[in-house]
Amino acid sequence: MAFESLTDRFSAIFKKIRGQSRLTEKNMDDMLKEIRVALLESDVNFKVVKAFTNEVKEKAIGQDVYAKVNPSQMIVKICHDEITELLGAENTGIEYSKTHPTTIMLVGLQGSGKTTSAGKLAYLQKNKLNKKVLLVPLDVYRPAAIDQLRTLAKSIDVDFYEVDPKENPVDIAKKAQKKAYDDHYDVVIFDTAGRLQIDEKLMDELKDIIKATHPDETLLLVDAMAGQDAVNVANAFNNDLRLSGLIMSKLDGDARGGAALSIKYLTGIPIKFAGVGEKVSDLDIFYPERMADRILGMGDIVTLVEKAKESIDEKQAEKDARKMMDGNFTLMDMLNQMKQVQKIGNLGAIARLIPGMPKLTDEQKERAEKEMKLFEAIVNSMTPWERAHPEALRFSQKNRIAKGSGKTNADINRVIKRYEQSKLMMKQMKQYQKTGKMPPGLGGGGMPF
Amino acid sequence: MGLFSFLKNKFGGKKEKDESVDKYSKGLEKSRANFASRLDELSKRYALVNEEYFEELEQILIESDVGVSLSLKLIEDLLDKSREEKISDPKAINEQLIDQMFVSYATGGEAIENEIHFQPEGPTVLLVVGVNGVGKTTSIAKLAYRYIKQGKKVLLVAGDTFRAGAVEQLGVWAERLKCPIIKGSPEADPASVAYDGAKYAKEHGVDLMIVDTAGRLQTKKNLMLELGKINRVLGKEIPGAPHESFLIIDATTGQNGVIQAKSFKEVTDLSGIVITKMDGTSKGGIILSIREELGVPVRFIGLGEKMEDLEEFDLDKYLYGLLLGNKTL
Repeated sequence: MAFESLTDRFSAIFKKIRGQSRLTEKNMDDMLKEIRVALLESDVNFKVVKAFTNEVKEKAIGQDVYAKVNPSQMIVKICHDEITELLGAENTGIEYSKTHPTTIMLVGLQGSGKTTSAGKLAYLQKNKLNKKVLLVPLDVYRPAAIDQLRTLAKSIDVDFYEVDPKENPVDIAKKAQKKAYDDHYDVVIFDTAGRLQIDEKLMDELKDIIKATHPDETLLLVDAMAGQDAVNVANAFNNDLRLSGLIMSKLDGDARGGAALSIKYLTGIPIKFAGVGEKVSDLDIFYPERMADRILGMGDIVTLVEKAKESIDEKQAEKDARKMMDGNFTLMDMLNQMKQVQKIGNLGAIARLIPGMPKLTDEQKERAEKEMKLFEAIVNSMTPWERAHPEALRFSQKNRIAKGSGKTNADINRVIKRYEQSKLMMKQMKQYQKTGKMPPGLGGGGMPF
Repeated sequence: MGLFSFLKNKFGGKKEKDESVDKYSKGLEKSRANFASRLDELSKRYALVNEEYFEELEQILIESDVGVSLSLKLIEDLLDKSREEKISDPKAINEQLIDQMFVSYATGGEAIENEIHFQPEGPTVLLVVGVNGVGKTTSIAKLAYRYIKQGKKVLLVAGDTFRAGAVEQLGVWAERLKCPIIKGSPEADPASVAYDGAKYAKEHGVDLMIVDTAGRLQTKKNLMLELGKINRVLGKEIPGAPHESFLIIDATTGQNGVIQAKSFKEVTDLSGIVITKMDGTSKGGIILSIREELGVPVRFIGLGEKMEDLEEFDLDKYLYGLLLGNKTL
């Protein structure tokens, strides 16, 4: 079946090579095969997959395997690091010109998200970087493309350059740039017409626009869902237009976005931004680490490896765990435990590591992480005595804690209640462990603490 | 004999040039350059097939977005066959591969009838769904054009109240096609627009009502639920509606296409796929994977930017266009 996670794929190989302490050519081949499939299913280009897995192999041979992980986890870790490094770009962000308005031109295939990204980019420049932005529609072909950009501009309160659809895009671009210069804009964004890359006429038009306006940045939109052909597309654009960067769009879907890796690998063009949602504020700078997780289709093995590398005092951890399981823990213990979990990685990955734990949805994960922050803020505002005796807090003490943590009394009550519930639950769990049944309420998602 | 000769015989002859064969041939020109000529070039480089040959074949398949698991399966079957029947000629192997792709598609799901099935009475409702940017609105315009030309009374319903400019875009098309359009106010509940559309369709004797929806990534749960609501509203107003649900898929889509089809199938009973932008260099191999995993057939294929460039999907013509084209044989 397609799209199993890499973790699932590995479990069979796991068994075969468990206990081997070095990576050898032999014990790696099976694993690399699985990685190859995982990368291909993420739409990483075939040639890139081939070259990449070879590189990984060379890098990995002879490496020692950390005691707490097995060789396959080690391989994944190496892949992950490699991908992260490959994707990581020195020149992220926009280079601003000091002498004239910085011109950013967005290009890409039809439907790759140019207009939407133009709006998002304008929003980012204006709201986060305090730039004065002018949005310029150069797509005079697609019905209502101009309307779309105008509506977007209005909704984010950014100036829009009015055009006549009968006008030539090159002339519009020149005039818009002049207006930007005269009116002291910081940034001009060109939204160009979408095209099939082989469409020479439209490609010539783009070249003409570049010749006439010399944009500081020419950014290609790459759809996260793009398949094997994405590399050819990027090449075609790059050959003709000399791109300065990429924007990954539609990363909020479940596509793994292997195209990003392929293009970066083959062309070296940096990925500068990523579209991560439908709202106009949903354009983010690009995080190579997250992308690597995504392309490999997993985050958990990597976290496990990290965990092993961190020299956690095992005995202490065990002692803590036992204390937790007995239900004899203080607020501080609970916080420490939460922090431990946080250190290892995100909650979702941890939950996946616990057998029988249902997968957490993004929403649940977010909620859990928020909860943890609240917990930390409140516990940190307590005196040691208060932490030991949360059940005996007086109103005035709660008021003080609320002020200190910036939370409300209701929040404090909630945290204490949570603590009591966790204690109870742990005790119950222990009971049930003896009888072999799961306590009610567990299994519906959510951690016991 | 194999499919190659079958295709040659069917379309290659000079007599009665079929216009749509020409369109396939032209629209798939760039895909062909990438797929068929690579197969061709490969068979010339090898005198006999060996392991490397199969590896290279696998690469061509994967690079056409056929998908890893299906590619591997096709190659394995091919290996078996070549051993069983002792085929070692590269050309024969290639033909065998094409045969298998054909068989895998043709037997992968329900029988294929492309044209929209019209209800004997009352309006027929077509719901059009897809992720963002695949060409939903344009495809709707092309479908409308097709059925207006067939003498049907078509109504467009602008259910994409989310994307800025979407309603205007469909409006422009409605004007050009001179067909009625139902619009909601911006950010109106799409289900209410669908309701207005259904009412209009019943009152005005519309034959085909095409409902545009906002592009949505299949991971957006609320938007997917919204589709369910549109479905229910339509079904309440017009019995059995939507009678057809088309998923629009961009030919450049990679392996996510399968997941898309799967997710949309969960909320609406997908009756077909329209594949767009086939006139690019993409091979659209994803349709094989979708067929393999979900059994949903491609009904129409977008072979160009003009109104009339939406063709009924015909596997024979598709393969002919992809492999041979109107070159001298």
